[in-house]
Amino acid sequence: MSALVRAEGVHKHYGRNHVLKGIDLSLEEGQVMCLVGPSGSGKSTFLRCVNHLEAINRGRLWVDGELIGYRQSAEALHELGDKEVCRQRERIGMVFQSFNLFPHYTALENVALGPSLVKKESRAAATAHAEELLRRVGLGDKLHSYPARLSGGQQQRVAIARALAMRPRLMLFDEPTSALDPELVGEVLDVMRGLAGDGMTMIVVTHEMAFAREVGDTLVFMDDGVIVESGDPREVLARPRHQRTQAFLSKVL
Amino acid sequence: MATGTARQGLRPDADIKAIPIRRPWRWAATALVLVLLAMLLTSMVTNPRYRWEIVARYLLDGSVLNGLLLTLEFTAIAMVLGISLGVLFAVMRGSSNRVLSWTAAGYIWFFRGTPLLVQLVFWFNLSALYPTIELGLPFGPVFATLDANTLITPFIAGVLGLALNEGAYMAEIVRAGIVSVPKGQLEAASSLGMSKSMTMRKIVLPQAMRVIIPPTGNNAIAMLKTSSLISVLAIPELLYSVQIIYGRNFQTIPLLLVASIWYLLATSILTAAQTRIERHFSPDRDPGESYGARLRRNLTSRRANVKEER
Repeated sequence: MSALVRAEGVHKHYGRNHVLKGIDLSLEEGQVMCLVGPSGSGKSTFLRCVNHLEAINRGRLWVDGELIGYRQSAEALHELGDKEVCRQRERIGMVFQSFNLFPHYTALENVALGPSLVKKESRAAATAHAEELLRRVGLGDKLHSYPARLSGGQQQRVAIARALAMRPRLMLFDEPTSALDPELVGEVLDVMRGLAGDGMTMIVVTHEMAFAREVGDTLVFMDDGVIVESGDPREVLARPRHQRTQAFLSKVL
Repeated sequence: MATGTARQGLRPDADIKAIPIRRPWRWAATALVLVLLAMLLTSMVTNPRYRWEIVARYLLDGSVLNGLLLTLEFTAIAMVLGISLGVLFAVMRGSSNRVLSWTAAGYIWFFRGTPLLVQLVFWFNLSALYPTIELGLPFGPVFATLDANTLITPFIAGVLGLALNEGAYMAEIVRAGIVSVPKGQLEAASSLGMSKSMTMRKIVLPQAMRVIIPPTGNNAIAMLKTSSLISVLAIPELLYSVQIIYGRNFQTIPLLLVASIWYLLATSILTAAQTRIERHFSPDRDPGESYGARLRRNLTSRRANVKEER
């Protein structure tokens, strides 16, 4: 079985600042991978490389068997055009730390916008699907609210529904609960837990170790642009082999 | 009885009914302003040299109304072209292509940096620089040759001058609007697979509009009055048409009042339109919270809200 996500020797640098120093990993369909590590370790950057919000500088990155951002011919690597990049991103949902809902659209419009604009679904079909998704994340009574009128937890759940509306093969979560008040974290994690239960393939950058232990199939610990260790979350969290992992976990657990 | 309620107010478990702070200076300022306003109004009514009867006679005069119509036409055309040029040059300015961005910067630099009056006279005299204007391929064959003197009428020179100048100001306004949209919005749109132009139309511009509209309304109102500069090209717009009349009957002040009344009426309508458009682009804002309420809130220092907040 081929992996849904595969990274080989991925490097990323901004000028002299070397953020990713050779990332190798693979993720099977239906699995949940949690990326943890100190801030500045490159975990968010890696996530943003997966849907080509950031272009990688070395290595290769595949999603669903397709090289992300480039096309390889016999003799050279070609940058993909705007249209191709958009097509690749359609199948990769992303949820941001700061929600990034569109403030000038209602919750329902936020969710229906992608399918109707990008997938050219009919307005009725897109709206019906959006409504269904919002009910699924427990926001059936907030369909016509603008983001400014929603709590952080509610906004993040709309953002998850917005990403799901594109019927993605893969979901990327970039610290989805870091900007939330503590009592609102649970409602977002519940939705993510449900998604994982439905078999969605997910990569989650998070500081929620309990979530990683319970939901994650793999835990990847990154530090300073490299993967320090990875494995079964229960195993890594209980018996970290590497000293850097131990040091990090002793601070957050 | 009064002391009874006051005492009751002292009980910590009763609702607080405190005596409001007294503001004697606010009262003094209000009284002063009212007196000055009354003096001004009285003099306007009692001073016969205002010649209100002449104002009344010329207010609906045919040539004045034609002038008003021309002023409105020039304002509308110059603003539509100016906004289009502004969007074009703002997008060019933000291009990663250096030739495009520097061309836009140069355009803005030139047209903001020289007086509009100079630009108007320049366009009017374009034929001195280019006697003929040829249509054809660049450096190639020519299909048609036009005489610049007949092509550049005062009307065309006026429109060119006003629109090109406005475009430079609008480019800066549009640019400020576009950069005001947070980067996360673009990333969210990209992650949904939206193309660049889709993101521009559906995500960036609608949000940029909130920043763009107030100064654009300002510019439209300014344009209404700035368009009077084309009177130097002998175009009978509102100001020039009253100048023609007072050149004959020497009733300078009453006729300037006629023009002012029309200018005020037109700017009032534009202001109302601006408010409506601002509302349209802020659907998520509380409709009960008026522009004035938001302004007052941001002007007064943050004190405890005594009155119930709406």
